Amino acid sequence: MTDARRRASASQRGGRAPVLFVVPAAVAVGFLAVPLAGLLGRTPWGSLAAELATPRVLEALRLSLVCSLGAVAVSVALGVPLAFLLARVDFPGRNLVRALTTLPMVLPPVVGGVALLLAFGRRGVAGQWLDRAFGITLPFTTAGAILAEAFVAMPFLVITCEAGLRAMDRRFEDAAATLGAGRWTTLRRVTLPLVAPSLWAGIALCWARALGEFGATITFAGNLPGVTQTMPLAVYLALETDLEAAIALSLILLAISAAVLVALRDRWFPTA
Amino acid sequence: MPRSRTRLAAVLAAVALTLAGCGGNDSGGGSGAGSPEEIKVFAAASLTAAFNELGPRFTAANGGTKVTFNFAGSQALATQIQQGAPADVFASADTANMDKVEDLVGDPQVFASNLLQIVVEQGNPKAIQGLDDLADPDLKVVLAAPDVPAGRYAAEILGRANVTVKPVSQEDNVKAVVTKVSLGEADAGIVYVTDVTAGGGKVEGVDIPEDQNVVATYPIATVKASNAVEQAQAFMDLVRSPEGQQVLNKYGFLPPPTS
Repeated sequence: MTDARRRASASQRGGRAPVLFVVPAAVAVGFLAVPLAGLLGRTPWGSLAAELATPRVLEALRLSLVCSLGAVAVSVALGVPLAFLLARVDFPGRNLVRALTTLPMVLPPVVGGVALLLAFGRRGVAGQWLDRAFGITLPFTTAGAILAEAFVAMPFLVITCEAGLRAMDRRFEDAAATLGAGRWTTLRRVTLPLVAPSLWAGIALCWARALGEFGATITFAGNLPGVTQTMPLAVYLALETDLEAAIALSLILLAISAAVLVALRDRWFPTA
Repeated sequence: MPRSRTRLAAVLAAVALTLAGCGGNDSGGGSGAGSPEEIKVFAAASLTAAFNELGPRFTAANGGTKVTFNFAGSQALATQIQQGAPADVFASADTANMDKVEDLVGDPQVFASNLLQIVVEQGNPKAIQGLDDLADPDLKVVLAAPDVPAGRYAAEILGRANVTVKPVSQEDNVKAVVTKVSLGEADAGIVYVTDVTAGGGKVEGVDIPEDQNVVATYPIATVKASNAVEQAQAFMDLVRSPEGQQVLNKYGFLPPPTS
């Protein structure tokens, strides 16, 4: 009833498409969709299964899952508390911290990779210490690839989660507190369930970004099949020698991206 | 209704004009009556320093025609040319990648050759004496990927020396190998002698014995689809001229093998 009325009033207000916008909008749709059609058009459907079953592809796929899920785990463990502090605690320099922690979102990933190298490389500020104290070196290791992916992906989780925490109706928490719930119980029973949709959306975005990470990974972690050669690296290198394999790999990434989009449709296109 | 239709037509016309304008500009750059202002040279990453010096010389000697270089692994360049990238000249670090595009380029000419060397950090902190030392599992060795000419040459050399190396990374081009060593992230790599020279004071080379080394040959060719064939040919001539050879020699390249 209410839905129908809202839709009716919406169509009355903006029913006719403004002609001036139709053409550029159509160009935009074409611009964004044609490359995807190109990918699908060149896909060797007949040999796709065989192409995907090659050890090289399976290895890259396995590694991509390990690294991206690892990056999500790191991001949740460190990013959710950060989002909570940014949303709830008014500490000095909060805006600066927020700007700093979201910087990797807009930073070119290769620059991120160089920065990681200079910080966590064997000669890096922190890397030198890690090497000397624990004998840990991160470049050229799977852990290094996870680190590179977390570096670029974590901000997506932090800002989505922070936005969710800010938009949340805090009166529920107050009510829980009034009814005698402690801080921990309130967090666990009220705050987290309420913020869960944002948290999941943040995790999905973070995971998709981690899965697609290329620049920081190849710069910081290098490229070795089975150790640091994730799907995007495999696509890039396959492209130089074996176009069909590159297309097959690209198709998997496209399918995963589409799946993430479908999973998030209720959040991004609530009225559709 | 008619009003909106005329408006739509006007918008379409405007868009069409804009698109036509863009198209006109695009082809205008290339087909500008015989004297293009720029050529694009796709060259193997190992040629970076030498060709960067040849670029201004070419411009000075050819009425201001600019040269833009696209340096990358030869395998990447070959694929780009296959996919229709607007190259005028292709200089590869091996004949295999030149063969890959043989239908798309003119008659290739070998213009230089190169040897390979073990690259280590300045001062050789790990005291690497030769190929045998690279088998040490505690050593971080970086090679170019097997599809990259330098990677294939390295594999050939290691095969001849009967040394098994487990690299920690397979880089996309030979310069990335030098970078990883000069940053101290890797202990050693196998690169061209010229990359060690170009690496300045940060790296040094350990010679590979002649009987185990391979001679990398560099062919150059004009790209058939070029719309600056004359200028492309002029660049190729410059590279093969005594002047070009002198510049290449300065960066450690050897003359084409005489066989």
